[in-house]
Amino acid sequence: MAVMNVNPTRMELTNLKRKLTTARRGHKLLKDKRDELMRRFLDLVRENKELRRRVEEGISEANRHMAVARSVMSDSALDVALMMPTQEMSLEIEEKNVMSVMLPVFNTKLKTADENDIYSYGFAFTSADLDDAVKSLSDIMPLMLRLAEVEKSCQLMSAEIEKTRRRVNALEHVMIPRYEETIKFITMKLDENERSSTTRLMKVKSMMLEDARQKALARDNEAAAQF
Amino acid sequence: MYKIAAMGDRDSIYGFASLGISIFPVDDSAQAVKTLRQISENGYAVIYITENLASQISAELDRIKDDPLPAVIPIPGISGNNGMGMSRVSRFVERAVGSDIVK
Repeated sequence: MAVMNVNPTRMELTNLKRKLTTARRGHKLLKDKRDELMRRFLDLVRENKELRRRVEEGISEANRHMAVARSVMSDSALDVALMMPTQEMSLEIEEKNVMSVMLPVFNTKLKTADENDIYSYGFAFTSADLDDAVKSLSDIMPLMLRLAEVEKSCQLMSAEIEKTRRRVNALEHVMIPRYEETIKFITMKLDENERSSTTRLMKVKSMMLEDARQKALARDNEAAAQF
Repeated sequence: MYKIAAMGDRDSIYGFASLGISIFPVDDSAQAVKTLRQISENGYAVIYITENLASQISAELDRIKDDPLPAVIPIPGISGNNGMGMSRVSRFVERAVGSDIVK
């Protein structure tokens, strides 16, 4: 991993050490976030698959009834029967915060108080199969709404997990090693500088000692000559 | 206050009208994209769409997949189940985990 392009100074070293601590803490937090998201996501996905299986079964059941109704009744009669729905469904949406992912929570509201008020036609001119079709659709409606909620949540969570995973990996395999190497590089450089100045001092000291010895020797010789 | 919509070929979604869901019968993909954009801006939070139609406009669905709303949910149409809904769930797992680990 490449060492960052920085000056090997003590100030840089302190800065980098601080950054490394932050990166390590961030990495730990993000990893925890990823693990928790993953746990919830997997629960949700299992529920999603189960719901989807049941909804798909329910819808094909309803479609079978519908096909029979369509074959018994004329198209125009069917149109008339279903044209003006008595029921109107609307949603209140709340948000649930799961690990800073906003997941939708749907609450249904019906226009009429009785939730069984689903037949928008008189029973005289329609086939009983139409009743069955409408009934079976109405039976799976709560499941379908729950499916919408769960599936959207799964979709949003999978995006968030992907992002978090990338961040964790970037910190773990790029940022943290890079900081560590740069810190090592600066430490080595500073140690090297220190050693070189120590050697220089030792050298200077030995030169000065040698000089002093020479001077002392010269003085001694001078004194001996005058004697 | 949000509403619920169903999109697809007329025969597949007609029954939903009786439950109080707004139905938008569409036949071709261009019209479907147009309708989808229009209704997602008009207070529809959940849009059920037949699998056949959904696979035709998958590019448009990918574009809006990370928006918090609307939730676009594929459902089997009258022509049957082509497995798109289930494979979609598997794709979520793949996206999050890297491989499909939930069977």
